[in-house]
Amino acid sequence: MFIYYLDLALRSLRRNKALTALMVLAIALGIGASMTTLTVLHVLSGDPLPGKSAQLYYPQVDPQDIKGMSPSKEPPDQVTLIDGLNLLHAVRADHQALMAGGSVPLQPEQSSLDPFYVDARYTTADFFVMFDAPFLYGRGWTEADGDAKARQVVIAKALNDKLFAGENSVGRTLRMAGTSFRIVGVLDSWQPNPHFYDLNTGSYAYSEQVFVPLQTMLDLHLSRSGSNDCWGNGGGGTDNILPSDECVWLQFWVQLDSPAKAVAYKEFLTHYSQDQKTLGRFQRAPNVRLRNVMQWLDYQMVVPDDVRLQNGLAFGFLLVCLVNTVGLMLAKFMRRAAELGVRRALGASRRALFAQLLIESGVVGLVGGCGGLLLAMFGLWLVRQRPSDYAALAHLDLSMLFITFVLAVCATLLAGLLPAWRACQIAPALQLKSN
Amino acid sequence: MTMHPILAALRKHKAGVVLISLQIALTLAIVCNAVFIIGQRIERVNRPTGLDENNLFLISQQWVGAPGGDDPAGVEKLDVMQREDLAALRNLPDVASVAPSNSIPLLNSSWTGSVSIKPGQQLGDKSGTRTAYYFTDDQVFPALGLRLVAGRAFTAADVQHQGARDQRDRPVIIVTKALADKLFPQGSAVGKVIYSDGSSSPSTIIGVVERMQIPASGSWGNDFTWYSTLVPTRLDSNFARYVVRAKPGRLDAAMRAVPATLYGVNPMRVLDDDSVKSFADIRASAYRADVGMAILMGVVCLILLCVTAAGIVGLTSFWVGQRHRQIGVRRALGARKIDILHYFQIENLLIAGVGVVLGVLLAVGLNIWLMTHYEMTRIPALYVLTGVLAMLAIGQAAVFVPARRASNVPPVVATRAV
Repeated sequence: MFIYYLDLALRSLRRNKALTALMVLAIALGIGASMTTLTVLHVLSGDPLPGKSAQLYYPQVDPQDIKGMSPSKEPPDQVTLIDGLNLLHAVRADHQALMAGGSVPLQPEQSSLDPFYVDARYTTADFFVMFDAPFLYGRGWTEADGDAKARQVVIAKALNDKLFAGENSVGRTLRMAGTSFRIVGVLDSWQPNPHFYDLNTGSYAYSEQVFVPLQTMLDLHLSRSGSNDCWGNGGGGTDNILPSDECVWLQFWVQLDSPAKAVAYKEFLTHYSQDQKTLGRFQRAPNVRLRNVMQWLDYQMVVPDDVRLQNGLAFGFLLVCLVNTVGLMLAKFMRRAAELGVRRALGASRRALFAQLLIESGVVGLVGGCGGLLLAMFGLWLVRQRPSDYAALAHLDLSMLFITFVLAVCATLLAGLLPAWRACQIAPALQLKSN
Repeated sequence: MTMHPILAALRKHKAGVVLISLQIALTLAIVCNAVFIIGQRIERVNRPTGLDENNLFLISQQWVGAPGGDDPAGVEKLDVMQREDLAALRNLPDVASVAPSNSIPLLNSSWTGSVSIKPGQQLGDKSGTRTAYYFTDDQVFPALGLRLVAGRAFTAADVQHQGARDQRDRPVIIVTKALADKLFPQGSAVGKVIYSDGSSSPSTIIGVVERMQIPASGSWGNDFTWYSTLVPTRLDSNFARYVVRAKPGRLDAAMRAVPATLYGVNPMRVLDDDSVKSFADIRASAYRADVGMAILMGVVCLILLCVTAAGIVGLTSFWVGQRHRQIGVRRALGARKIDILHYFQIENLLIAGVGVVLGVLLAVGLNIWLMTHYEMTRIPALYVLTGVLAMLAIGQAAVFVPARRASNVPPVVATRAV
C-alpha cells in the first residue's frame, strides 16, 4: 500500500511540476537557512572540554573600592595579581592555575626566518593537567620551576612544526623577547572552543603557541594583552607595562572534583574576602561567584548576538516557507477533490486517503530536505569564507545532518496535516455529482 | 464593483485566505525588522571618524631587547628611540606628516579612562564621563586631519613624554566637541579646567576638535563614541604606534618605504605583515562583522519576499483554475476582461490588507521583543509604512499574471462542462 501511495504521490507531483518545484524549493531554502545558522549556533555554544568542564570553576572576588558599589553588581570578571597569587598559594582546590594572555617576539635560530610574534599564555604549573592539555613530547614545568622563574617554555604543535619540522624539540632553546628559554614540552594539537579560560583573546579558534610560567613573565615584563579594569588610582597597563595592584587582569581557574568541594570552595572565597576586608585591602562586603565552565560561558554571553539574531531570522524564514507550503498544498489537495471523491466512492477509507496525502507531503519534505542539506552545506561554506574568528569551525556534523532530515520531514508532514485533513472531509457524492 | 461577491467567494476559501494573510504578515514583520537592522548597521559603518581617512596609515612596532621602561633612564632611552623613528619617518619623501599615538579610531585598542569637572572623581560620578585617551604630539592635527573648532592646537612646547605606566600631570589637553558639550553644556570649554582619570591635578582644555571617534568600534563603546581626549604626551615603552599621513596619492609608496626605513634606524625590532596598515584596512576590519550581517540579512529578506510572491502566484493560479467555469459564466453575462482582472486584484488587496494589518502588529511586537533581548531601538514608523506599501505592491505584482490569465478565459467556457 505504501508503495502504491508513493507511486500516486510521485504521479501527482509530476502533474504540477512548477508547483512541486516551488514547494520543494521553499522547504529547501527554509531548511538550508535554518540548518546553516543552527549549526553555527551549535558549534559556538558547544562544550570546550566535554567530561571535564563540570569540574572546572572560575572564582570571582570583588576587590574594588566602595565607589559605584551596588549590592546587585557582579564582581569583576578577572582577578588582581595579589588576589590571584593569594588564591593560588592557598591551594584549596584539587588543581588551580593563574594566567594571563600576551604575545612575545620570537627570534628563530634559523636565519632564514625573520623574528615574528607568537601568542603566549603565561600561567602556572597546574594549567596542563587541569585543562587536559595533551603532550606530544616532554611535559609541563613543575610548581618549583615556576616559583624559581625558570626560563622554560611549552610550545604548541604548530610552532614545533614550523621551527623544528615536528621533531622532538624538548631540551632545545627558544629565544623570545631577547631571552633564551628551554623547551620542556610540546603540546599536541589542542584548541578548546570556545577559548573558555580567557575570552579576552577572542572567543573562538584561538590557540596560544607558547606557554610560559607566569612568574617568569612577571620577572621579564613580557608583553601582555587582554583587558584590564582598574579603579581608584589604578593605572591601565599596556603591553609590557603591568597593570597596577588596583587592576584586575588575570584569570584564575580551579578544579573541584565534587559538588561538596565546590560548596566548600565558595565558602573559602567568602572567608577570604572577609579576611581581606579586615586587613583593609577590600572595601566591599564579600561578593563572590563560583561558576563552572558552561555557566561561565553562559554568563559571558559568549555566543555573539549576531549569530543568535541570524538563527532567529532563519527560523522565521523557515516558518514563512512552511506557511507557504501549507497554503500551496491545501490548494493542490482541494483541487484534487474530484479524484479523491472517486477513491472514496470506490471504498477507500478516510484514513487511507489521509495516509496517501501525507505520503505526498512527506515526499516533498524529503526532497526538500535533501535540497536543504545541499543549501546548508553551501551556506556553511559561505560562513567559512567570512573572516570572523569562528568561521573555520562551521562544519556540519552527523547529529546536525540527522536533525536536518528529521526537521524537514516533520515540518512538511506538519504542513501537510491541515490540507490532508481538509481534503478528507470531502463528501464523495457531492464531488461525483458535480462532474 | 461591489465587495459582496468577493467577500462571499473568500468565505469559501477560509483556510487559504488565512494562510496567505499569515504569510504576508510574517514576511512583513521579519522584513521590516531585518531592514531596520540593516539600516542601523549601514548607519554605523558609514559614520565618519572625524579623520581625513585618505592617505592615512598606521605603524605598530615593537623593539626587541629594548629597556623595560620602569626606570627613568630606560624611559629616556626609549624616548630617544621613538624620536629617532619619528624623525626618520618624517624625512621620507612620500610622507606629509607623522605623529606618535597609542591608538587610532576603529583600531579597537584603547586607553579608556574618565574626565571630570571635579578633582579626584571616579567614573560613575555625575560630574564626569568616560573618555578614550589619545597620547600623541603636536603633529597630530596634520597627521590625522582633525578639524579644530575652538582654541588652539598643541605646540611643540606642550609636548611631554612619560613611561607608559607613569602617572604624570596633563597640564593641557584637547577634547572633542561632543565631550566639551557634555562637560560644559553652557558655553565654551576652551580655557576651562578638568581632571582626568580621577586625578586631582588640573588639565586645561586648550582646544576643541570637531569630531573624533574613539578606538572602540564595538557596541560597548556606544555611550562614549565621540568622547575623545588628546594628550600631548609621547608614551615610552618598547612598543610604539605612529600615525602617518602620506602625500596625496603616495600612500602605497609611503607604506612600502616604512619597513626598510625603520630597520635602517634600528634593526632590533619586530615589524610583521600587520605592522603597517592603511586606515582603509583598519576601517574594513573594524566593521566587517556589521557589513557581513547586513549582506546576509539583505539576502534573506530578498529570498523571503520572492518566496511570498511565489506563494501568492501559486495560490491565485489555483483559484483561477478552480473558478474557470464561474469566470466563463461572468464573462458570458457581460463582464469585461478588465472586470475579471480587477476582481482578482481587489481580492488580493483585501487579503494583503488583512495580512499587513496583522503584519504591522507582528512587526512592532517582534521589535519590542528584540529590544528586550538585543541592543535595538524602537523601529521608526517610516520603516513599517514602507514595508506595508512594499508588501501591497508585491501582492499586486504577484497577482497580475494569474489574474491576467483569468481575464483571458473566454465566455464560451460557461457552456462547456469542466
